[in-house]
Amino acid sequence: MWQWFHKLGSPRWFYQTSGKWLPWLSFLALVFISLGLVWGLGFAPQDAKQGNSFRIIYIHVPSSFLALVGYYIMAIAGAISIIWKIKLADMVMVSAAPIGASFTFIALLTGAIWGKPTWGTYWIWDARITSMLILLFLYFGVIVLQKAYSRQGLASRAAAYLALVGTVNIPIIYKSVDWWYTLHQPATIKFTEAPSMHPDMFQPLLLMIVGFYLFYAAVLIFKIRVEILHRERRTSWVQDYFFSKKNK
Amino acid sequence: MTNTGFVAIFRRDLLLAIRHRGDLSNPIIFFFIIIVLVPLGLTPESSRLSEIAPGMLWIIALLASLLSLNSMFQDDYNDGTLEQIMILPQPLYFMVLAKIVVHWMVTGLPLSLLAPVFGMMLSLPEPGYLPLMLSLLMGTATLSLLGAIGSALTLPLDKEGLLLPLIVMPFYMPILIFGSGTVQFAIDGLSILSPLAVMGSLLALFLFVAPYIAAGALRLSVEG
Repeated sequence: MWQWFHKLGSPRWFYQTSGKWLPWLSFLALVFISLGLVWGLGFAPQDAKQGNSFRIIYIHVPSSFLALVGYYIMAIAGAISIIWKIKLADMVMVSAAPIGASFTFIALLTGAIWGKPTWGTYWIWDARITSMLILLFLYFGVIVLQKAYSRQGLASRAAAYLALVGTVNIPIIYKSVDWWYTLHQPATIKFTEAPSMHPDMFQPLLLMIVGFYLFYAAVLIFKIRVEILHRERRTSWVQDYFFSKKNK
Repeated sequence: MTNTGFVAIFRRDLLLAIRHRGDLSNPIIFFFIIIVLVPLGLTPESSRLSEIAPGMLWIIALLASLLSLNSMFQDDYNDGTLEQIMILPQPLYFMVLAKIVVHWMVTGLPLSLLAPVFGMMLSLPEPGYLPLMLSLLMGTATLSLLGAIGSALTLPLDKEGLLLPLIVMPFYMPILIFGSGTVQFAIDGLSILSPLAVMGSLLALFLFVAPYIAAGALRLSVEG
């Protein structure tokens, strides 16, 4: 078991193995997302209240999912890198931060675009929107802190600390924002999203969610591979790898 | 005794703070400047001022605490005192806690005690005075605790710029929400027990956790 653990932690092993997975993952992500998009945008029935504008849900919901999941992936990788000092976990954390921030941004942006036709305004201080914005700030903090340090080891450990403190705080922030929202509730606007969706609308959404997870995994692995090559550029296996390829 | 480290650092930092009277008054001066700006920029009408006063007072307190964060470890880091502190055969946890407590005593505590004066200047309704003081007492302590983590994490950076506020701000938000909530509740005639209890629990949580994380971050910063 320990041998397997060590193997998994080795950037070289990961680079070589993930090279085999990556095309499959990307292909599957492409299939799921294109199927879900065509189905969702073209064939799913219109919403009774919102008409066609509801279709942005097929981007909005999956990216909101990944915005949150991405933070936990980043924080868990950070914890692993602090506790066991595994190089690979460190690279996962560094690579996961900008991807998660992008998904958070997409979720906010699509939410704003969706808000215009349904609520009549791009931005509203709704509890969920505010929480997402704070999440974006948490991501920015981790990214900027990591970039600010010039020494690699220090940078990722400081960022991992911050990510962990963020994990402790996320439930507190979410609860307090909920409380704040119920305190200042503007009763005029409500979430019009129906709690139960028609299966015809839900099935393409499910496809999109699976597709986004696959896409996330593919992008993360791709970024980790770049990070591995960058950090290990002076080791012999990276040099061998490229020179042997060129010689062929 | 595990507390000798705490007592020694506490006395040293407090003495240093008292000898630097200029630094001591910084948060209060900052508070007064913003308090003058608010009526000038918004309105001198007391009815409208009293509406925004609870939130505004809390925002200013938060910014004042943020401004003073740099001073928590920076001087000791620059002149090497921090390294000497770390090689002491004392638990770092208590020494960091001592530094945080002193930081609160020279920033948060004076602000909290002067809170009724500030409140009066922004025409805060009278039932809000005591809750403002209570919430500031607890809240600024939590802000100092949380700020210590951010301050320790950004310590070795030469040009941190806006990094520290960016890191610390998300963690400050719950305190702001419950702090201004407490005052608003009191003005509206509701019981302030529930928001105050939440603030107390946040303080208890971070009193326990924050020095530990800050100590870890300091080790990271100093030893690399």
